[in-house]
Amino acid sequence: MRYAGPDMDAVLLHVNGEAREVLDVSPTTTLLEYLRGPAGLSGTKEGCAEGDCGACTVVVIDPDAPGGPRFRAVNSCLLLLPLLHGKHVLTVEALSQHGGQHGGQHGGDGPGHHPVQQALVAALGSQCGYCTPGVIMSMFEACYRGDLDAPWKLDDQMCGNLCRCTGYRPIREATQQIAGLRPDDRFGAALAEVGPSTSATLRYAFEGRGGTPSQSFWIPGTLSELWDLMDAHPELRLVVGATDLGLDVTKKGERFPALASLQAIAELRRLEHADGRWSIGATVRLADLEDATAQALPPMARMLRFFGSRQIKNSATVGGNLCNASPIGDLAPVLLALDATMVVAGRSGERRVPAGEFFVSYRSTALRPGELFVRVELPDPPANARVVAYKVSKRREMDISAVAAALRVDVDGGVVTAARLAFGGMAATPARARAVEAALVGQPWSQASCDAAAERIGDDFTPMSDHRGSAWYRATVAGNLVRAMFDDTSQCAMPGLPDRPTSMVGTAGSSSVHHP
Amino acid sequence: MKNQAPPPSPLHQPAIHESGYRHVSGQARYVDDWPLPPGTGHVWVVTSPHARARIVGCELAAARAMPGVRAVLLARDVPGSLHIGPIVHDEELLARDEVLYVGQPVALVVADDLAAARMAGAEVRVEYEVRPAILTIEQAIEAGSYVAEPHVIARGDVEAALAGAALRIDGEVRTGAQDHFYLETQAALAIPGEGRTMTVLSSSQHPTEVQAEVAAVLGVGRNEIVCEVPRMGGGFGGKESQATPFACMAALAAHVTGRPAKVWLNRERDMRITGKRHPFLGRYDAGLDADGRLVALSVELWSDAGFSADLSLPVLDRALFHLDNAYYVPALRLCGRACVTNLPSNTAFRGFGGPQGMVVIEEILNRAAERMGIDPAVLRERNYYGEPPRDRAPYGQEIPWAHNRLPRIHARLMESSGYASRREAIAAHNAASPWQRRGIGFQPVKFGISFTKSVLNQAGAFVLVYTDGTVQLNHGGTEMGQGLHTKMLTVCAHELGVPVSAVRVMTTATDKVPNTSATAASSGSDLNGQAVRHACGILRERLRAVAARMLELSEDQAAALRFEGGAVVHPGSARSLAFPDVAQQAWLDRVSLSATGYYHTPGVGYDHATGQGTPFYYYAYGGVVCEVEVNGLTGEHRMLRVDILHDVGSSLVPTIDRGQVEGGFVQGVGWLTCEEVLVTADGHPVTLGPSTYKIPAVGDVPVDLRVELLPQAEQPGVVHGSKAVGEPPFMLALGVVTALRHAIGSFGPGEVELALPATPEAILRAVQRQRGPSTT
Ligand SMILES: Cc1cc2nc3c(=O)[nH]c(=O)nc-3n(C[C@H](O)[C@H](O)[C@H](O)COP(=O)(O)OP(=O)(O)OC[C@H]3O[C@@H](n4cnc5c(N)ncnc54)[C@H](O)[C@@H]3O)c2cc1C
Ligand code: FES
Ligand code: FES
Repeated sequence: MRYAGPDMDAVLLHVNGEAREVLDVSPTTTLLEYLRGPAGLSGTKEGCAEGDCGACTVVVIDPDAPGGPRFRAVNSCLLLLPLLHGKHVLTVEALSQHGGQHGGQHGGDGPGHHPVQQALVAALGSQCGYCTPGVIMSMFEACYRGDLDAPWKLDDQMCGNLCRCTGYRPIREATQQIAGLRPDDRFGAALAEVGPSTSATLRYAFEGRGGTPSQSFWIPGTLSELWDLMDAHPELRLVVGATDLGLDVTKKGERFPALASLQAIAELRRLEHADGRWSIGATVRLADLEDATAQALPPMARMLRFFGSRQIKNSATVGGNLCNASPIGDLAPVLLALDATMVVAGRSGERRVPAGEFFVSYRSTALRPGELFVRVELPDPPANARVVAYKVSKRREMDISAVAAALRVDVDGGVVTAARLAFGGMAATPARARAVEAALVGQPWSQASCDAAAERIGDDFTPMSDHRGSAWYRATVAGNLVRAMFDDTSQCAMPGLPDRPTSMVGTAGSSSVHHP
Repeated sequence: MKNQAPPPSPLHQPAIHESGYRHVSGQARYVDDWPLPPGTGHVWVVTSPHARARIVGCELAAARAMPGVRAVLLARDVPGSLHIGPIVHDEELLARDEVLYVGQPVALVVADDLAAARMAGAEVRVEYEVRPAILTIEQAIEAGSYVAEPHVIARGDVEAALAGAALRIDGEVRTGAQDHFYLETQAALAIPGEGRTMTVLSSSQHPTEVQAEVAAVLGVGRNEIVCEVPRMGGGFGGKESQATPFACMAALAAHVTGRPAKVWLNRERDMRITGKRHPFLGRYDAGLDADGRLVALSVELWSDAGFSADLSLPVLDRALFHLDNAYYVPALRLCGRACVTNLPSNTAFRGFGGPQGMVVIEEILNRAAERMGIDPAVLRERNYYGEPPRDRAPYGQEIPWAHNRLPRIHARLMESSGYASRREAIAAHNAASPWQRRGIGFQPVKFGISFTKSVLNQAGAFVLVYTDGTVQLNHGGTEMGQGLHTKMLTVCAHELGVPVSAVRVMTTATDKVPNTSATAASSGSDLNGQAVRHACGILRERLRAVAARMLELSEDQAAALRFEGGAVVHPGSARSLAFPDVAQQAWLDRVSLSATGYYHTPGVGYDHATGQGTPFYYYAYGGVVCEVEVNGLTGEHRMLRVDILHDVGSSLVPTIDRGQVEGGFVQGVGWLTCEEVLVTADGHPVTLGPSTYKIPAVGDVPVDLRVELLPQAEQPGVVHGSKAVGEPPFMLALGVVTALRHAIGSFGPGEVELALPATPEAILRAVQRQRGPSTT
């Protein structure tokens, strides 16, 4: 391998409008480390380095977003610096004009501050101020979003920002005031200036010294370039949102020798819904998938409603969620229930793998060496299908499932003709409850059938106990989900969610249930 | 100036947070943001992997050989005292011969950057001989492993009263640990100066303790050390005593390497090493008369202190002092002991044991109400302190009926929240809803204000006026987000009659105000506020004389001069002088423009031996009505509406106090519902970050949150009639438990058994129990 040769690039990014060239840092340096270190911007804070507190939130302009360039609030603690190649990053320091230098006890109130700053100060939405830079940047995204049209979306927007001091009421009120404001200002102008897609490619190498290893990072523009890289570097790891891989860096101190991002490969970003079929590309961001499925595929949107945080959904991709093959990945049960097909590809071509065969064992998939996951395809559920997705966790927002489920029955003439009941959190892989399914098929579609079938959950799963819930809790809840599905699909075959449900389970009869 | 009405005093007016604009612009600087002096070393703290073990050997060569490493330090490298601790010096800065919990600091690696230090930290080889550990309160009780002798508070003949009671409620209640989860983790930067001097920037609630312990560890006089606290990104008690070790470590590293050194803990290190809120076990036996009035109470309390004393004894004291909460019990015996275990040393946390004590009596009252089939709010009201003889706390202090705000709070809140009609509506809702059940709960709180160690109730301030009329304000309190600086600024501006923009609050530093107490016990603004007033009063009297000379006034006329609106005004003649002109003239007249102020709380004292005394200067009161919805299939719940009415006296800055009320309440809700510190059977922490440890997020807070500060509530003898606010609202969260029990109780007959924290799993268990054995 060659380092720092003439055919190697620097990482080029804009921070607060200023072009920056990065040459001599490890590619597993996080954006947060870069901002607080070499970039000298200490406004952005580290509260956890695991994507779960939001103190590190910054805004990135995504030139490839479905509706055109947009601001995305993201966790800078997990993003690897080269992933920002060709991108614009905004930190809290960008918002105040005059370099933010103000005299006076109150640090210069009045003009020069952005409306989100004014709103948060006026609401006393900061006490200790440590969560505040992150809160401000999530509010900043909210300020330029045009689609915050339901109260729950404000909570969704802000749930990735933990605040230990305020109790959130003032933060919520301030966010309400500025959401969708879209002021006609220098930020809006900057957004308009961004080209439709910059799709910058990158070949970056970092020469190790002392005890640190040499590392490379590529952003290939095409799949065939990627195959070349895979051939040349068997140790190559793929990364896109880094919400999963980034944890290996920050928690375990991993220094991957060779990484490639899929972000510049346009075909992987495609999200299509036509002729009753969905095709969802590997690098589709979960926030965009949530938007696309809100009306058209409620079980998917339901599952994404309480998935991570806005920041996580802005970064995380479909491919990342499926390929880490986590037993608690929330998309897998939905895809299993909807009978999806995973499309994987290597140099020799594409392979289609039924979702049920994709998750082979604990954290391992049917992907072969030299292959990547490129998209998932699924049909719209047939008219006789009833489908409901559930996620139950210790905390409703920003938590990993104790139990997740996507439950589907096909009903003809009042009788269950097929059942696909898929669970996460119940076994080493996302898995279907075959015994429960068998107990349902051929039975009349009724509460009694569901109650009886739910008793079989113990035949399918022996869940484990951990900090998210005991085996007893998981098994009990899983059974209760099967019991609840009859009522929950009685008014609507594929229910959405009320605005602020106490639980996703047993919400039938609630007036704001969505009817597609 | 002339024709304008002078701006009103900022006192009792809404205001923004003094640092608000700095927070939102990223300008607010915390210890970790400090521009590093050249050559600063970064420290990684190497910790024990065992709950209890003897250290039999250390191999440091491999770590020392790692790139960028400057030093690897052990206990033997401490030049002064190895032992530190806020009350008793029973903690080793670095474990020397024995480790006493998983996560105890054993070695420090000092390197060019944190990544290098961390990598080298993995190469520090310590050999251990594992020994049996004590990991639960029960194990400690069995082993007789205690910090000190029991603390007993008693009155009357409990046994006889229990025997004669119409209703007996006995049982056991447990509360769990709670991580502070301040967003800013522990941090300290030590910068060596000339000779033996050292400046330590510390994220600490107690800079004086940092100064004292750094001096002890380095073996120098306290005058060689300056501790400065820029601000904290949250403290909540977690930086009262437990910021000190990390400041000492930074100082040690700086001392040994001769260069500045920084200790900054990442979240995992922070949660692993530092102590939490004390878990408590309470065993109780209570007697009530036929009307539901408590006639006797016997309680044994045990707290899990962790491996060292830290603040565990005063925490236990406060738990005992709050076992009564708002209720009079004629005969009682309360006995508490702090257990030594092989866990991190549990420490101060908002409420300081008060919440853990109150849980016991609230559990008793909830069970009694469920058993008697009456509204628990009614039962609570029947038990309030009242007119003599129902006005004596268990420890003998009078709870003056004239200042008891609970009857007012109770009546007003019942009315404003529509409690009675909502309780009826809930019954109707629950009858029609198979799985989504609602419940409502009312919770009163009475909380004693003062450090229970009386000597700590003192404070100082140092105010400097410059000849342009601007002011620097130093006081002994630290700012951790609670708004203390905003309040002190307000008091100072009011006393001198200058606009708040003319006053700058300085960072807290031990070379400005010495020998301070921790900013804790909700007392920051009570104590420092009086000290600021005192200092400003001295300056005002000096300036009064100057102004009187300038206006050629008699002594009597001078007494009428008013300091307001940035001027010194003579009301008789309507003549006035701009404050800066008076300041300038004072300098010309050679009058001192700086003054120190001092305050100590009068009349507090407590005798542990007799269990009698007046530990508190006064009490703060509050009440809440919470409504929740519980899902009977999953155990999830949601707060639907919360009405709080809280007594903060005449609020110095009502917007700040509201923030304290709301933030405290939500933190309490976290403790009682979702925050679970988990430890394996061999003492290894499981919850080491927000991915596994869940504090409330925005969606956990009800959209319908109504907060009112009790009007007409001036508190005599406290700075401008205000009251302490930091801790009391935390305990309002207990209302959520009562509401949850109400909802759970609708699933079936009988008393509810709900474990805390009331996680979805705990609630589902309680629901299943309520529905009876036939359910699955
Ligand atoms: C705070 C937080 C909250 C979270 N909440 C949830 C949650 O609620 N539910 C849930 O399910 N998950 C959750 N996650 C997990 C995570 O966000 C998801 O798994 C996410 O979808 C991963 O996508 P990514 O693009 O960030 O993956 P990356 O981290 O970039 O990659 C993850 C893994 O997948 C591989 N990979 C990525 N794309 C491909 C591909 N096309 N082909 C082959 N391999 C590929 C990578 O090599 C890597 O090993 C959470 C994570 C965090 C940090
Ligand atoms: S630092 Fe907590 S989410 Fe990034
Ligand atoms: S203001 Fe302190 S964490 Fe939010």
